[in-house]
Amino acid sequence: MTNTDAIVTVDNLKMHFPIYRGVIRRRVGAVHAVDGVSFQVKKGETLGLVGESGCGKSTTGRTILQLYKPTAGKVYFKDTELTGLKSEQMRLMRREMQMIFQDPYASLNPRMTVRDIIGEPLVSFGIASGKQIDERVADLLKLVRLNPDYIGRYPHEFSGGQRQRIGIARALAMNPSFIVCDEPISALDVSIQAQVVNLLEELQAEFGLTYLFIAHDLSMVRHISDRVAVMYLGIIVELTDRNELYRNPLHPYTQALLSAIPIADPVFSAARRRQVLEGDVPSPVNPPSGCRFRTRCPIAGPICAEKQPEWREVGPNHYVACHKV
Amino acid sequence: MVDHLLSVQDLETQFKTPEGIVHAVNGVSFDLAEGETLGVVGESGCGKSVTMLSVMRLVQCPPGKIVAGKAMFHGKDLLQLNSEDIRAVRGGQISMVFQDPMTSLNPVMTIGDQLAEPLMLHLNMTKEQANKRSVELLGLVGIPRAEERLKDYPHQYSGGMRQRVMIAMALSCNPQILIADEPTTALDVTIQAQIVELVKRLREELGMAIIWITHDLGVVAGLAQRVIVMYGGFIIEEAEVKELYANPRHPYTLGLIGSLPKIHEESRTKLYSIEGMPPVLYRKPTSCPFAPRCAWVMERCWNENPVLESLNPNHRVACYADTTNGSKHA
Repeated sequence: MTNTDAIVTVDNLKMHFPIYRGVIRRRVGAVHAVDGVSFQVKKGETLGLVGESGCGKSTTGRTILQLYKPTAGKVYFKDTELTGLKSEQMRLMRREMQMIFQDPYASLNPRMTVRDIIGEPLVSFGIASGKQIDERVADLLKLVRLNPDYIGRYPHEFSGGQRQRIGIARALAMNPSFIVCDEPISALDVSIQAQVVNLLEELQAEFGLTYLFIAHDLSMVRHISDRVAVMYLGIIVELTDRNELYRNPLHPYTQALLSAIPIADPVFSAARRRQVLEGDVPSPVNPPSGCRFRTRCPIAGPICAEKQPEWREVGPNHYVACHKV
Repeated sequence: MVDHLLSVQDLETQFKTPEGIVHAVNGVSFDLAEGETLGVVGESGCGKSVTMLSVMRLVQCPPGKIVAGKAMFHGKDLLQLNSEDIRAVRGGQISMVFQDPMTSLNPVMTIGDQLAEPLMLHLNMTKEQANKRSVELLGLVGIPRAEERLKDYPHQYSGGMRQRVMIAMALSCNPQILIADEPTTALDVTIQAQIVELVKRLREELGMAIIWITHDLGVVAGLAQRVIVMYGGFIIEEAEVKELYANPRHPYTLGLIGSLPKIHEESRTKLYSIEGMPPVLYRKPTSCPFAPRCAWVMERCWNENPVLESLNPNHRVACYADTTNGSKHA
């Protein structure tokens, strides 16, 4: 299953969260947050992972980093299989794989200074101590275009965009090779989003980083990604190169998602025909039988209720899971 | 001036905080014609919501205070009405839809009771009439099995359906103006598309004027006829929608449009980004509020605050620089 140019390989990963009810906390069901996803992230690329809220995209990112213990499936980082590691071994692996979180207001401890936040991984892995920490933190702050004099400040003294830079500096402290970016820009204002995206791209070029970029903003994902995977209700429905996906979307969900993007061009907006999906995403506790998208799909047929569509390659590097393609 | 449905003039709103007075809205003037859809665009803290809340007299006072201005609606100044009269306008002739459908409905009242409340209050309907009308309203905004669903509580509705209920409630008394404050921001893209299509349909059927507040230039492009761009409590540009996107003139508008990734983009280009951060408004700006972030900034921008001037009948901009000739001091 391992491939030389893949840095992360995810093989049939499942993450079910149990639901307990009653006095004796009997298990009555499970939220099928991630229900069998397989993909590879190649070294140096940005893989975009898109979908609507509740589709399992963040859970996928967190499960790859073993922040949740997966229900089934395997995750390989380079040649190491992660799901079987003991916690200390996993802790050491985390130097290589880091995460940037969505909410820059909630993900930084308000009682810690910038020095403590960014320096914590350096201390906990015993990489630096004393003065060295200050130097390294100052370097990291410069790297994310923040003034190194801010080292003694607290998170509340920074704006949203600046806090997100602190989060990025913390993720970079261990020189990781793989970073999961979990909606790093969706809490930021438009003019600040572009700053952070440009920074992420510059850092990628400088350090050869590999990103898993999770987002729901399809136009930003197209901008930053090399390949894009589209998730719906716990499974990946389509995966291909960025231009191929936007030029030639094959899965009806991808088509609907793309046609729902608001476009900042009044002439184009008036001319295009929109395909508006009916209804809401079904509950992941009881996903529909067969194809999960069939309840909202404009072209669903009888077979879609009976059989889960196979994940197949329909063109060069273009994978899709749909009976009708 | 006679044919304007709503005419706001020189509106100023401030908030008293422990750190000082925040000058949230600093002299905003705009008109709204009957049946028109006006987009109001800007980033958090630019004053777009406070402007509309002031017009509706929903700014909490204290700490907020409307210090100057007029808001003329049918010959009356909304800012001078007594609290009883403004209540008759609010929810009746002018209604509002808020951003977060999760918190703007009362969780312990059924959807039916919440829909019936304004009908009984503004239109003096009986409970029975109000219920009948509520069923029609839910049907209007596309909620199936309306009769049964009236008995449900908000938590039994999804986010998109709650926003539909909010819209139904806002439209229940046939308002002449619907103010929508970021109504789709909390929703997923496919649900956002549903709501935008719904509003377009209702606009055609009912003919009300709409003020659509948003930070999303994409949504406005497909919906509004005219757009106002706000920054630091000022209107910095105003234009007919096609004109604004084809020919943006203020450096801030240029930056906003430029910082969006192009959906047709095949090869990767670097995004244009506006450096720096939005201003903190503890002092009323005497210079151009955008000067510290502006690539076209000149000596004059630090000394005077430019006022909106007409470039042509459809386009007003508050900027000294000529951004069209590309003489950019970068």
